[in-house]
Formats: sequence, C-alpha cells, structure tokens
Amino acid sequence: MNSAATAAAPGSLARTAGLREAGAESRTVAAPGPAPLWSERIGIRPRHLVVLAAALLYPFIASPFFTYQIGAQSLALGLIALSLTFLGGYGGMVSLAQMTVAGFAGYGVAIFGTSSFAAISLGWPWWLACAVSVLLATVFAAAVGWLSVRTEGIYTIMITLAVGVAFFYLAQQNYTVFNGFQGFSKIGAPELFGIDWKEPVPFYFVALGCALAGYFLVKHLVRAPFGIALQGIRDNPRRMESLGYHVTAHRVAAYAVAGLLAAVGGVLMVWYNGRISPGTINLAQMIAILIVAVLGGMRHPIGAFVGAIVYVLLQNFAIDLFVRERFNLVIGGVFLAIVLFSPDGLLGLWAIVRSRLLQPELSNQKRRQL
Amino acid sequence: MIASKRRVWLRSIVGAAAAACLLGTAGAQETLKIGLLANLEGPFAVPGQDGYRGADMALKEKNGMAGGKKIEFVKVSSDATPDKAVAMTRKAVEQDKVQIMIGPLSGDEGIAVKNYAKTKPDITFINGSSGAQATTLTDPAPNFYRFNTEGAQWMVGLGEHALSKGYKKTFLISEDYGFPYSQVQGFMASYCAKGGKVVDKAWVPLGTKDYASVIAKIPKDIDALVVVLGGSDAVNFLTQYEQAGGNKPMIGGSITVDQTVLNYKGKRRESLLGTASAGPMADSIDTPEWKKFVADYKAQFKDGFPSPSLFAYLYYINTRATLEALDAVKGDLSNGQKAYRDALQKTSFKGPAGEVKIDANRNGVGTTYITEVTKAPDGSFYNKVVKTVPNISQTLGLPEAEFKKMGLGSRDVPDCRK
Repeated sequence: MNSAATAAAPGSLARTAGLREAGAESRTVAAPGPAPLWSERIGIRPRHLVVLAAALLYPFIASPFFTYQIGAQSLALGLIALSLTFLGGYGGMVSLAQMTVAGFAGYGVAIFGTSSFAAISLGWPWWLACAVSVLLATVFAAAVGWLSVRTEGIYTIMITLAVGVAFFYLAQQNYTVFNGFQGFSKIGAPELFGIDWKEPVPFYFVALGCALAGYFLVKHLVRAPFGIALQGIRDNPRRMESLGYHVTAHRVAAYAVAGLLAAVGGVLMVWYNGRISPGTINLAQMIAILIVAVLGGMRHPIGAFVGAIVYVLLQNFAIDLFVRERFNLVIGGVFLAIVLFSPDGLLGLWAIVRSRLLQPELSNQKRRQL
Repeated sequence: MIASKRRVWLRSIVGAAAAACLLGTAGAQETLKIGLLANLEGPFAVPGQDGYRGADMALKEKNGMAGGKKIEFVKVSSDATPDKAVAMTRKAVEQDKVQIMIGPLSGDEGIAVKNYAKTKPDITFINGSSGAQATTLTDPAPNFYRFNTEGAQWMVGLGEHALSKGYKKTFLISEDYGFPYSQVQGFMASYCAKGGKVVDKAWVPLGTKDYASVIAKIPKDIDALVVVLGGSDAVNFLTQYEQAGGNKPMIGGSITVDQTVLNYKGKRRESLLGTASAGPMADSIDTPEWKKFVADYKAQFKDGFPSPSLFAYLYYINTRATLEALDAVKGDLSNGQKAYRDALQKTSFKGPAGEVKIDANRNGVGTTYITEVTKAPDGSFYNKVVKTVPNISQTLGLPEAEFKKMGLGSRDVPDCRK
C-alpha cells in the first residue's frame, strides 16, 4: 500500500499531464534534503524496500489461504493488469484482449505441457512448455496490436473486444485443440529442487518474483528512450511521426511488451487455478482486467497491483459484509464510488489525501489558483 | 524536513492498517459451520437461489440442529465457472474453517471441486446439484459424496418408453457440453440395445439462436426427434421448427420440457402433448412425501417458484443426508471424520421423490420418473408421471464391465446409426 505514494514520485519521468503539478510540489519539498543515497541514485527508494520487506514477510505471517488465494492471486492478476496499465497508461491504447493473451499462454501450458487430458496435451517438460507458450502469446499479442494500432480510442476497444470474444468462442467450440467447454485440469507448477511449487508459500514467491520482474521492467522501460517515445506517441502521434519515429512499429512493440507481461501472468494464473477452460477467458474476465487496472489507477505500474488486491479482497469477502444474496451490490458500489470520487483510481485517492495532509499550504495555494 | 517526517509517519500508519487488513482472523467455533456453495451470479443465478432454498428447507426441518449442535451455513457463491467454484470452496474451507462443505451446482464445477477435495482429506465434501458422470466414475475422491443421481441416470428407461411408443428411428439435437452428453448416453444406452436407431446427432453450442441449418438436416423418414436442449435454447428451437413446418413428435431431456417451455405460446404448443421426458423428480408425483415437500416449500418461500425446482430438490436431499449422518454420529467429527463418513455411507432415507442412498463410489442410486406432457382440466400443460423406474445405478443398469466397455458419454459415445 505504501508504494502507492510512488504515484507522484519526485524525479519519475513517468508522469501524465494531470500529475505534473503534484510532481512539481514534491520536487520543491525534496530538493533541500540531503544528498541522495546510493540506492536512490539507481532508482530504489526507502518505500520500495518497505513494500518489498512486507511482501517477503507476508506469507510467514498470513494463513495459507491468505498467502495463496489473496496474495498469489492478486500478484498474478496484477501482472496481467500491469500489461494493460503499460499499454493504456503509457501508450494510450486500451486493449480488452489482455486476458485473452494471458489465456492464450495458459492454454499453451495445458496443450504443450501435461494435463488431465492426455489425448491433447503433448507432455513437454514444463520449462519448454512455458517458454514456448509465453513466446507464442507474445507473438499473438503483437499480431493483435498490429491489427488494432491503426485505430484509436473506442475503436481499439472494439477490435480487441472482438478478438477476445472470438478467441473465447474458439476455445469453447474447438474440441481437437482446446478441448471445448471442459478445458484442461490438473495443470500446476512443477516440483523442482525438492520443493513443490504448487504449495501456497513457494507459489507465492514464484508469483512475487514474476510480479517484481514485471514491475521493474515496466518502471525501467518507461524511463528508457523506448518508453519516452511511447509516451510522446500517446500525447502527440503526428508530431512524433514528423520527428522521424515509426509510430506504428512503436505501438506494435508496446503490444508485444504488454503481451509478454500478460503471458507470464497467464502462466501464473493457470498454475494458480490448476485448470483452464473457456470460463477463465470469458467476457467477464476480460472486463475484470480493465476494472482492476482502472481501480488501482493507470498512471503508475503499482496501481495494477493495488487494484488487484482490492478486487480479490472484494471478490472473496464482499459476501460476508452484506446480505448474501445481494453481495454483488457491494462490489459494484465500491467500484463505482472509487471511480466516481477519484477518476484516477486508488492512486489518485492517495495523491489527494497526501496533498491535503502533507502540504496544506501548497494545496491551499493551488486551490486559490484554481 | 518536518514535512518529510510527517510523510514517513503517515505512510507507516497506512502500512500498518494495510497489514492488519490482510491478516486473517479465525473466530471461535461454538456452532458447527457447514459451507454451502451454489450460484448467485452467472447463467444459473436463478436456479442457484432455489438451491439455497432447498438446503435451508432441510435445515429448518431439523430446527437448525444436527448431532446436538447448532448448524450454521456459511454461504458462498460461484458464477458457474469451475475456477470460481474452487476459489469459493477454498475460501469456505480454509478461511471460514468449515468442516463439511455442500456444493457445487453444475457439472464442470463438480469435477473441479472433487479435484480440490483430494487436497483436503480432513474435510468432507457433499455435492449440491452437479451431475457430471466423471465426478464419481473417473478417479473419484474418497471424501466427495453425491446423494443425487446424475444426468445419465435421469434418462434411464426413456429409451424403452420411446420404443414402446413406436419411435424406432430418431434424430438427435443437443447442446454441446458435458451434461447433455450424459443425458444422451442415458437415453441411448438402452434405446440402442433394444434396437432403436439414432440416425444422426446435431451438436449445437450452448446459447444457439439460429437452428435453420440443423432443421434443414433433419431427415424425412424418422419417427421422432430427441431434443436435449434447456431453457431459451429449447424455446428457440421449437419456434423455428414450427415455422419450418416440422411435425415430428419429440422426446425431451430432463430440463427440456420444463415450465418455461410448457408456458410457451404458439401453434406448436398443442403438438407438445405427449412429449416424453425423464428426470429424478416431477411436479406431479403422487406420493404424500412429495406433496408435503411441495407444501413446505410453498409455505416457507413466498418469493420462490410455484413448485420446487430440480435444484431445490437436489440441494435438499444432499443437505438432508449431511444432517442425518451428523445425527447418527451425534456430531462427532473427530479422527479425520472417519465415523461421520461411515455414517454417510450408510445413510438412506425416503426422500420426497423416492429412496435416497449411495453406492460404493459414493454416488446416488435412485428413482427416475418418466413423464408425458398432458393437458390439465384447466387447460394448462403439465408433465404427468407415466412410469417410475426405481434403483438406477450409475452404470445405468448394465453390468459394470459392459458399462466400462461403452465408456462415458461424449459426442460419439454411444453410437447406433445403422
């Protein structure tokens, strides 16, 4: 939760128009401080260490249920949502097909690896099955991107929605490759070095490792020339074009990067569930990824994970909070409230709270300006 | 500097609050908690609600007590996807610490929950209303019990009935997933063995709206259609078949000729008369047990259906078996629930629609009702029971070796074209 503060991190280049002011404020505060530590010079800040320590200690404090169903699931779901945050927040392209890409990788693991349905599964070793699935899913994501990059806004959503729904029906009706309605079961993380990685704590660390890798990859990319150019394309594609950037290629590459993240998340997801069937990639799940990303806030990579934690907690515990038959009302109500009061998701709420509490004089100033 | 100190302070508060939220709290257990999984979302939300009603009825009959303990249901909900069913079962078992779990509702959910049951040998799982054959036939879990019969068993006897009506050649149209496969097998196993022919099968995806291509394929020289569709699919097919001028008599699956179809208004409605179908219960069973069950249901649930649905009935018998076994061991769940499971295995009672008991695979052995659509004196249509077939085993009355040779129902099993 702490690192939600990263939203308005000083020095971060990943800033969208609305947060520029907040960033300017932070910089004025941070400037008179002592010389930056070694860790700050390479982009690691105290809050990162706090969150990391909390994430590492978490499975040893929490029950297996909280480790697995809440912790690991949030990390896997967050990784898939992170791919959308990257595409949408930094590339300005909202794709509904990220769950489809994840499902593509998940089906790959089931088809190339081992599952309950031996007639279809090829039985390759797990690392080969995973590598090939992730690679194919990345190519698939690039293909989806290539199809949709020439469109903008709502048309991108429509095209990716069509791709996702088409893939859902293909998986549901094809029996020779996807095993139709039933899908595959008995898929799981392998046993390696004498550890059963299916167990809650080991699996949590697998998910945490992938999530951290994905998080820092995105953080690195958005400061690298590729990411800067991508944000430039988001803000003004024609100008970037005239500066000599190949806009289409850049966007397709962004889809491929997002595809890689979603594919790794998809492998985690299929290991987490132990099974995959068309229900895993249906329209509701595709939209769930969008909800998670928007809930957390699309302006910083951490938003995807914050959103995922809230989403998973609500899915699990809303039924205990309210009249059981109407628990979906709670879930919908919370989503609505967050989006209504903070168009920038939970990170936006955090930014508002921060500016109110920490810099009353500055925010007063700002209010006067407004 | 002050600002930055305050910031650190604030962050630690938020961090601590978040940590507190994320840690689970396990409450003290004075009453016995039983998990109850059905659907409150997705395509089976309405039947799912009736499932909860059935379970509530069984508990109310016992005044909320079993084995000397107060019983508390921990209700969780799935959306008919296996992923969600397992996630919610896991929540009830690992977070809410239930020791007995009832559910889920639909077939593929059942298989997924059975696989999860294997990882929790100390918990006893009892089915809700799921009816996939594979749950208890392929690689069964020793702690998963199903007191209801499944999709294939529900159709046993309908094959002979069709032959007795002179339907020797039929054409099959059915939805393309696990439950209809089972239903078709239950029908065809005896139908084919006694000399009937299913000349061709048309498998349509669940939720198909346009049946024109299927209707064009129906041969002229058949005696009847076997229609294994549910809900809106059945209504859509009937309407389009009528418009295309079709006039063959029909045989239905267990959820084909239900109230939605019987209330359907069209010229073809009259031709529904005489349509035979089969299932584990029927609205018009003429026994005191069934009449009491319907009367209790109506008295308890003013917002319920006019008569308990299949799902209410199935959740009722499974919950009642759960509670009766608890009574038999006086609530003793010690020793890995060994005594309780022995009691479950021995549980048998006269339910609203016949004897309820289980076989060695922990699957129900029960009665199937063959019904025909009949006109009531007031002009409404209902399913009249014409025959009851008691004691149907999961091998559909065949010797086990012969059943295994046939295999589980699928698109191509069984087959009798010529």
